Amino acid sequence: MLFTSYGFLAFLAAVLILYYTLCRRFQWQLLLAASYLFYYWSGPKNLIFIMVTTVTTYFAALKIGHYGEISAAYIKENKAKLTKEERKAYKAGMKKLQRKWMLACLFLNLGILAVLKYTNFAIANINFFLDAFHVGEPISFKNMILPMGISFYTFMAVGYLVDVYRGKYPAKRGLFSFALFISFFPQVVQGPISRFDDVSGDMWADHKFDGKAVSFGLQRILWGFFKKLVIADRILTAVNTIIHDPATYDGIYVFLGMMFYALELYADFTGGIDITIGTAELFGIHLKENFHRPYFSKNIAEYWRRWHITMGTWFTDYIFYPISVSDPMLRFNKFARRHFGEYIGKRMPVYTASAVVWFATGIWHGAAWNFIVWGMMNFVVLMVSQELEPCYKWFHKHFNVNGTLWYKIFQIIRTILLMSALRMFDCYRDVSLTFRMFGNMLVHSRIPQLFDGRFQTLGLAAADYLVLFIGLLILIVTSLIQRSGSVREKLAAKPLIVRFACWYGLFLAVLIFGAYGVGFDSSQFIYNQF
Amino acid sequence: MKKRSISVFLGLGLVVLGSLWLLQRLLMPKYMGDIVEGALISEYYKETTDHDVIFVGDCEVYENFSPITMWEDYGITSYIRGSAQQLIWQSYYLLEETLKYEKPEAVVFNVLSMKYDTPQKEAYNRMTLDGMKWSKSKVDDIRASMMEDEEFADYVFPILRYHSRWQELTSDDFKYLFTKRPVSQSGYYMRIDVKPAQTFPKPKKLANYEFGENSWKYLEKMRELCEEKGIQLILVKAPSLYPAWYDEWEEQIKEYAKTYELPYYNFLELTDEIGIDFTQDTYDGGLHLNLSGAEKMGAYFGKILRDEFQIPDRRADETIASAWAEKCAAYYDMQKRQQEELDTYGYLKMFNSDKE
Repeated sequence: MLFTSYGFLAFLAAVLILYYTLCRRFQWQLLLAASYLFYYWSGPKNLIFIMVTTVTTYFAALKIGHYGEISAAYIKENKAKLTKEERKAYKAGMKKLQRKWMLACLFLNLGILAVLKYTNFAIANINFFLDAFHVGEPISFKNMILPMGISFYTFMAVGYLVDVYRGKYPAKRGLFSFALFISFFPQVVQGPISRFDDVSGDMWADHKFDGKAVSFGLQRILWGFFKKLVIADRILTAVNTIIHDPATYDGIYVFLGMMFYALELYADFTGGIDITIGTAELFGIHLKENFHRPYFSKNIAEYWRRWHITMGTWFTDYIFYPISVSDPMLRFNKFARRHFGEYIGKRMPVYTASAVVWFATGIWHGAAWNFIVWGMMNFVVLMVSQELEPCYKWFHKHFNVNGTLWYKIFQIIRTILLMSALRMFDCYRDVSLTFRMFGNMLVHSRIPQLFDGRFQTLGLAAADYLVLFIGLLILIVTSLIQRSGSVREKLAAKPLIVRFACWYGLFLAVLIFGAYGVGFDSSQFIYNQF
Repeated sequence: MKKRSISVFLGLGLVVLGSLWLLQRLLMPKYMGDIVEGALISEYYKETTDHDVIFVGDCEVYENFSPITMWEDYGITSYIRGSAQQLIWQSYYLLEETLKYEKPEAVVFNVLSMKYDTPQKEAYNRMTLDGMKWSKSKVDDIRASMMEDEEFADYVFPILRYHSRWQELTSDDFKYLFTKRPVSQSGYYMRIDVKPAQTFPKPKKLANYEFGENSWKYLEKMRELCEEKGIQLILVKAPSLYPAWYDEWEEQIKEYAKTYELPYYNFLELTDEIGIDFTQDTYDGGLHLNLSGAEKMGAYFGKILRDEFQIPDRRADETIASAWAEKCAAYYDMQKRQQEELDTYGYLKMFNSDKE
């Protein structure tokens, strides 16, 4: 069910009313029932997969926790009797048991994700080689279902399991309450990838109706609707026109498509997350922020700290660090330093772990080579900028521009252009076509092409561009205000008439200028497909 | 303090509701320009007197029968509840709604819409349904008519459907914000221009000539409703040359009429007797009749209604006569205005703004 559908709004209103009118003891149970109903609407068969992940993760974590408790109790009880070595050996034995449970559970759940999401991608690649070497018959593609939000809830489950294994917090007792963490309906569609300890304080607590919290939640949802319906879904027409007809829309139109897509993706994804976070706030649950004004980043590393934050930190915590401190990597570190010297040897393990993370990031976004290449290109750009650091230092030493407004603006624009260029892989969904169009953009772009008649065929009228321009201005101004604190808090301190004008104005903007209903192709949120 | 808060809350609530209502009115199509068909349905609610005959159907009723002629020649009071591509269930629900306001002697249903068994086009749905007052009939009508991509909420709050019209607003949207001018006379859509009948392509062979289950269901409901209320149901096929009316369809209607002893008139077979001249009596090459043709139809059918169904002459009733005198005045005024436009421009400017 699309967040921007009437059905979702009706569903949300019904759940919200019940939530605050029912006995508070049953609030989280109501959310669980609502979440499973919501998930059921995405396809009854999908329920099986989320249930399997929930049940297996829950019991594996309990088992891991149980071994942890036994271990701690045994050591405590026998502290005096055991030598340090014996204690260490006992702990290691128990840890091994815990690891077995963790690995089995990870294998099962990541296996489900891999099979459902990547089987046809693997078949396509195998068929490519079979065809290239004229060996055997091609394998037929499988009709796989992809349960809604599988990448998101699997990652949440994995994060929880690993954290329990690491002893970050004890395993949650209560299968149903744990099931709510995995299936909580606002976040199951497109994240954020929540951590158990971030939401556990709110999720099962009793929530008294709080007018301010509910009104803040509604405001956040409205803001999300504005981004999604007024900006993302309006510009979508032009983006689709350009990328689906690369033969017609070349030269400067590739650049235009690239920039339009950057705006669409931002408005779509952040809008969706605003709706998610706002919806959770209605129930008194605070989810992690997933964006921190990413288009104000001054370099690509900073950008990735501010864009899809929960995904970035997940990959860092559960892939980058484990790889970096793993035994093979430590051995590789020693080997590299010995054979390639301190400078290269120090970097090689870090870059290897980074490469794995970016490969995983790419393939997480989609089972296609364009996503993998996109991920690896991010890695390359990050690595190159890291290696060029001494050059930047030299430049800043000799030219005193660092910190000036114009240089900051230059850095921001450079980062936006760089990220937008990389996203062309996401736009064209074909690696060779993306390289071709990128080259075409660099070589054949001419300003007069904007006036050769093609601009009028992008599917947007002058009024649409005006709406987009004003929408973009509102986004920028809001982001600038946000730098010094929450916009909602600031507005809440204003006189009633100002607050009313702002929020009612925003509501009317969505109502009138939103691209929804008959005559518009209601667009799925881009990140729903992951 | 609490009292003040309530006042402020109520005040802001009124501002919200008032502005939304105003915006909705502004954004909804007015159907006062080239396409006036969307304004037909709502005009019925302004009627001040009852009618002895109610027509239901699509363009083949609201463009082919002149109620004014029937009044002037026979004193028959009639109203056409028709709209563009009005589907049979829409005719049924409009009839059901009409019977809550009045009880006519006869109901005339044009059978062409039997060919549509499923909803066809959202734009036509809106032309029929937006003008209806809210009632159970309207709710049922909407449910029966919605296309796959339509939402019930869009009918409850039309602003959700028409919000994107802000790009198409014209002076008409402001001019007719609160009141509309009448576009029909007793539901009749007048055209006085002439475009002789042309040759139509040979009718396509159909895979299946059987009317659909849904069409039969609503014809049956219409028959039962009339029977229950003691109203004579009359089936007609208007004399439009196109779209094709197949012999197989004709046979099915005849068979149905025979089974339930319903009168059925196929005016396509009676054009000579009526005196319709397709070089003079149609404004769009034979699809619909013009005023001259509709008056001939009115005169012919009015006689049938009087002689065969004993529809009374109401001209002696002062209240009714006075109401119909106003209708006649509006009718002749419209005829005069169209004639003036025709004389000045050679075409009807009011329906062809794109020619300006």
